[in-house]
Amino acid sequence: MRDFSDEELERYSRHIILQDVGIEGQEKIANSKVLVIGAGGLGSPVALYLAAAGVGEIGIVDGDVVDLSNLQRQVIHTTADVSVPKVLSAKAKMEAINPNVKVTVYQKFLDASNILDIVKGYDFVIDGTDNFSSKFLINDACVLANVPYSHGGILRFGGQTMTIKPHESACYACVFDSPPPANAIPTCSSAGILGAVAGMLGTIQAAEALKYIVGVGDPLYNRLLTFDAKSMNFRNVNFKKNPKCRVCGGEGIKEIRDYEAVVCEAKL
Amino acid sequence: MKLTINGDTKELKDGISLPELLIIENVEQPDMVSVQINDEFIRQDEHTNVVLKDGDEINFLYFMGGGA
Ligand SMILES: [Zn+2]
Repeated sequence: MRDFSDEELERYSRHIILQDVGIEGQEKIANSKVLVIGAGGLGSPVALYLAAAGVGEIGIVDGDVVDLSNLQRQVIHTTADVSVPKVLSAKAKMEAINPNVKVTVYQKFLDASNILDIVKGYDFVIDGTDNFSSKFLINDACVLANVPYSHGGILRFGGQTMTIKPHESACYACVFDSPPPANAIPTCSSAGILGAVAGMLGTIQAAEALKYIVGVGDPLYNRLLTFDAKSMNFRNVNFKKNPKCRVCGGEGIKEIRDYEAVVCEAKL
Repeated sequence: MKLTINGDTKELKDGISLPELLIIENVEQPDMVSVQINDEFIRQDEHTNVVLKDGDEINFLYFMGGGA
């Protein structure tokens, strides 16, 4: 239990007034630790909303610096931030929105050597990465460390997301097995992305994290939510955990190894 | 026969195989799509063995790797 200050009670009043959240739910949010991997198109809205919501500790991972071409969608960064490390730019905005939040920065790329140690310390993880080697690595690490996470992917006008509770709900590899070959699938840098679509998907991921923390509603377990912003059609595809899954089924994975970089820009 | 493909019900001729359906549905990279029939995922190397039947519910799930 913690005592909220008058400032916090006022700040979070619209959460606290929500019947499904209340003071207890806001306490859970304040006591939670969420890791956001990638401070880009998805990571930007996620980090902003989680900071605003009062998540007690937010870790943010990115080894990159802000580029002018990021600003069309990565709304946590401003024109003045070009060439600044993304994690530092993000941390400054998160603390400006909510000084009650503790932000830990990891100015690095995640790989098999460091991901487990970082992921282990968090209650929930957000995949905001832009390549398949990272997405499968995050899935492996979260399954192995038993940390729930939100998968997110975007391309052109579309997005997909699912929430994974390791060993209880289907994991990313239950659905897609393993990374596609290099350059088989277009990327945002080669095929483009409507900036607002990153915001649509990122805010869904932030909502899933908050739902999980508070323990309210039905997370996107055992289903992939896909949408197409051109038609504005949203669909859920339901499935079950695959007992023969390479990662979470049967014997499952025992150790973390790197996947080959499968897109031209293999960055976290 | 009637098939439900990504939520839309369609009338198609009987006896179509999965690889044929992937062509009919203009799936751009058939080896890159995750296919689910009646809640079960079909492994890539089993595609050729699958013949669709009336009432099947089929979902094509596509890789989306963007995020930054
Ligand atoms: Zn799995």
